[in-house]
Amino acid sequence: MTGAASALSPTVRPRALAWSAAALALCALVLSPVVALVVAAGEGSGALWPHLVAHVLPQALWDTGLLLAGVGALVIVLGAGSAWLVAAYEFPGRRLLEAGLLLPMAVPTYIIAFAYLDLMHPIGPVQTTLRDMLGYARPRDLVLPELRSLPGCILLLGFVLYPYVYLPTRALFLMQAANLIEAARMLGRSPSATFFRIALPMARPAIALGASLALMEALNDIGAAEFLGVRTLTVQVYATWVNRSDLAGAAQIALVMLVAVVALVAVERWARAGRGFAGTAQRPRRLARRRLTGFRAWGALGLGLMPVAIGFAIPASYLVHSALRRVMRSGLPETILAEIGHTLLYAGVATVIAAALGFVVAAGPGLLSRRFGRALIRVASLGYALPGAILAIGLLGPLALADATLAAGTMQLFGVAPALIGLGTGGALVTAYLVRFLAVSIGTCEAGLGRVPRSLPDAGRMLGRGPGATLARVQLPLAWPAVVSGALLVFVDCVKELPATLLLRPLNVETLATHLYGEAARGTYEDGTVAALLIVAVGLVPVVVLLRLGTPRADHADRRLTEPRP
Amino acid sequence: MKATGFAGIVLAALIGPASAAEVNLYTTREPGLIRPLLDAYTAKSGVTVNTVFVEKGLAERVAAEGARAKADVLMTVDVGNLIDLVDRDLAQPVRSSVLEAAVPATLRDADGRWFALSMRARVLYADKDLSDLKAITYEGLADPKWTGGLCLRSGQHPYNTALIAHHLVKHGPEKTEAWLRAVKANLARKPAGGDRDVARDILADTCQIGIGNSYYVGLMRSGRGGPEQQKWGDGIKVVMPTFAGGGTHVNISGAVVSKTAPNREEAVKLLEYLVSDEAQGLYAKADYEYPVKAGAPIDPLLTSALGPLTIDAVPLVEIARNRKAASLLVDKVGFDN
Repeated sequence: MTGAASALSPTVRPRALAWSAAALALCALVLSPVVALVVAAGEGSGALWPHLVAHVLPQALWDTGLLLAGVGALVIVLGAGSAWLVAAYEFPGRRLLEAGLLLPMAVPTYIIAFAYLDLMHPIGPVQTTLRDMLGYARPRDLVLPELRSLPGCILLLGFVLYPYVYLPTRALFLMQAANLIEAARMLGRSPSATFFRIALPMARPAIALGASLALMEALNDIGAAEFLGVRTLTVQVYATWVNRSDLAGAAQIALVMLVAVVALVAVERWARAGRGFAGTAQRPRRLARRRLTGFRAWGALGLGLMPVAIGFAIPASYLVHSALRRVMRSGLPETILAEIGHTLLYAGVATVIAAALGFVVAAGPGLLSRRFGRALIRVASLGYALPGAILAIGLLGPLALADATLAAGTMQLFGVAPALIGLGTGGALVTAYLVRFLAVSIGTCEAGLGRVPRSLPDAGRMLGRGPGATLARVQLPLAWPAVVSGALLVFVDCVKELPATLLLRPLNVETLATHLYGEAARGTYEDGTVAALLIVAVGLVPVVVLLRLGTPRADHADRRLTEPRP
Repeated sequence: MKATGFAGIVLAALIGPASAAEVNLYTTREPGLIRPLLDAYTAKSGVTVNTVFVEKGLAERVAAEGARAKADVLMTVDVGNLIDLVDRDLAQPVRSSVLEAAVPATLRDADGRWFALSMRARVLYADKDLSDLKAITYEGLADPKWTGGLCLRSGQHPYNTALIAHHLVKHGPEKTEAWLRAVKANLARKPAGGDRDVARDILADTCQIGIGNSYYVGLMRSGRGGPEQQKWGDGIKVVMPTFAGGGTHVNISGAVVSKTAPNREEAVKLLEYLVSDEAQGLYAKADYEYPVKAGAPIDPLLTSALGPLTIDAVPLVEIARNRKAASLLVDKVGFDN
């Protein structure tokens, strides 16, 4: 009802126009690197393509496809499975597990690759201990599967990316699916039938959202893939750009990838079109958990702890161990405090802006014409589909253009041109984070708003509130947990972000991620472990907040659902 | 206290660093590697050196910053990247008798648009059990006796594309393709990781031989990367390979003065310092690299491990020109697959 009607309503019109203008400006910002890429791609010839088709793409497509299929399957199994475990069953340690399952999110993919390669290397601690126990003398006597391989890469990425699925799916099991799940139970369905026939199909939107975020991360990963010798399309984009100095060719490949990703997302959206599960205005029941006892309880705990151990506890302990050794040997890196400051500053600023914009954009379909709002969401989410470095390269042009425009303007007005403001300042970095991670904020806000019963904003509107007021007074409080979790996800992503930070940061600015990368680049991993540990630690803060928000706030939100403010 | 620190960061982020005499260095080299040299320079001259480490996209960033760019000196590893900067018209010619006297003509541009600052050789890491292995040629890496015995990082890494480009200059495309296919056939594992991983994998019996840069030998054996790496460095023997009838493949790190350098004078002074006896000695000490200046000291850890270095006669510029062809060849033979 909100759609066409509100766009036409005369009282709303000026505000809607202002909103549309702002929305278009945002679209322009997000699209600018893509446009810059199109321009860059156009400057090259098609000469590269016969070579790519003959020698590069078959293998790259195969590797990328297998990587995505593998990571996708793993994050869904781990994410949805663990979400079901903690949502539907009660067992000792469940609350702790509920929290712990989010922890791997704090570990960047490149850090897990570094850590496990050290741990699992034939002369690393695991295999050495194993050989000692089995009485083998030399590494060649006991050859385990090589971690530097596609399966190795899938495993590592899957175990750190599954929280993207776990988080929204658990929320959905807790909040929405409860009634149907309990009905199924009462009708005597077995636990597995309840899970596969009722819970899983209902959780599809949440699983799809989480899996698509995880897959984007996997597709854009460069550190882990390159390090483990997996030649994905993204790695090929880098090879073309960096080793052949062929930006045009790299832009061409990147654009083709972008088109493919957008098409896939569109197909996924189309497949679950109309399958939104908005809640009802009645108070939704919380899912009553089945109590497990005896070995089942321990089994459940053990099963749930496995992803936490592999995705977090093991690599984090390794980092603690290495960092301690580093500190004992030569103290803390002198620059670490400044790096923490830079990291928090840039990630923090980007997060606040991304959260605000994400909420407004996600609310777009309810505010304006639904079709326009949805188109806006798709465009504003585009940055996430681009590999980070390609996006950063694409941003160079628009930022330079902004600088040139500004300089021309001030020259005319005051006769002096300022120093570069767009490029080589924190502004460039914040812009890059924003363009890249807005999709995360939009996605979670969208999911949060989707849970708000449609009747509530409609009621607000019928009671004479404008769309903005309805948004601020009705939808924002209801979707608040989602807005905050989205913001926290953006924050963690910004702290972990590497390629755009490397390219765009100002002089003398190091963040924790660039510090770690620098140390890894010159092979002094040990010196980098303090920074790595701090990245993980910074990533933990939002995880903890997410949890505090998660369960108690869900009750809180329940109450608000039934008692909307006047 | 906390608030002022935070405000300071905000301010620095907004207005950028400011000081009387300064020079802005954009580098694809991890600044930690050259920090000792820069600190020594600042201590000596009072000039602040602002740095940013831009590993990928340095040229694109400088080009985008345009006429008002802050960059004074652009420093890269790999001669190809250096010549790229010249080809993209991001460098300006520099006439300096100091630079010309210190850097041999083969290691700088005739027009003064680029200068090598330090040198590294691509050498052989080998299993200590291979006691008969005293010498090897790069061509010999293709010998079937190494089947399943060779470890390398990605063929697309600039260190390897430069070596392959060197082979291209020496032997032409057909022979190089055959050589590269044979080298691939000898691989013990997929090309991955870095040069140090080659040493670690030799220790783990994953492979017998591999190619890595000379300075890693110094870095590992010095123990600076920790006791683990010292074990890897000590666990391998190192041989200085040559091309058949020629010398060893070397690559350089080097620098250009940015075309739009706002502090051009300071930029030239920094370069002149970097090729001074003092700085060239520091390169050797801090990074275990070879100096470009004749007569500058080489770290004993390197000389004892590798013996004398005879540089192959193929000019670096020729190698840089063949870099793209080498990269395409890596794809063609599916070296990394």
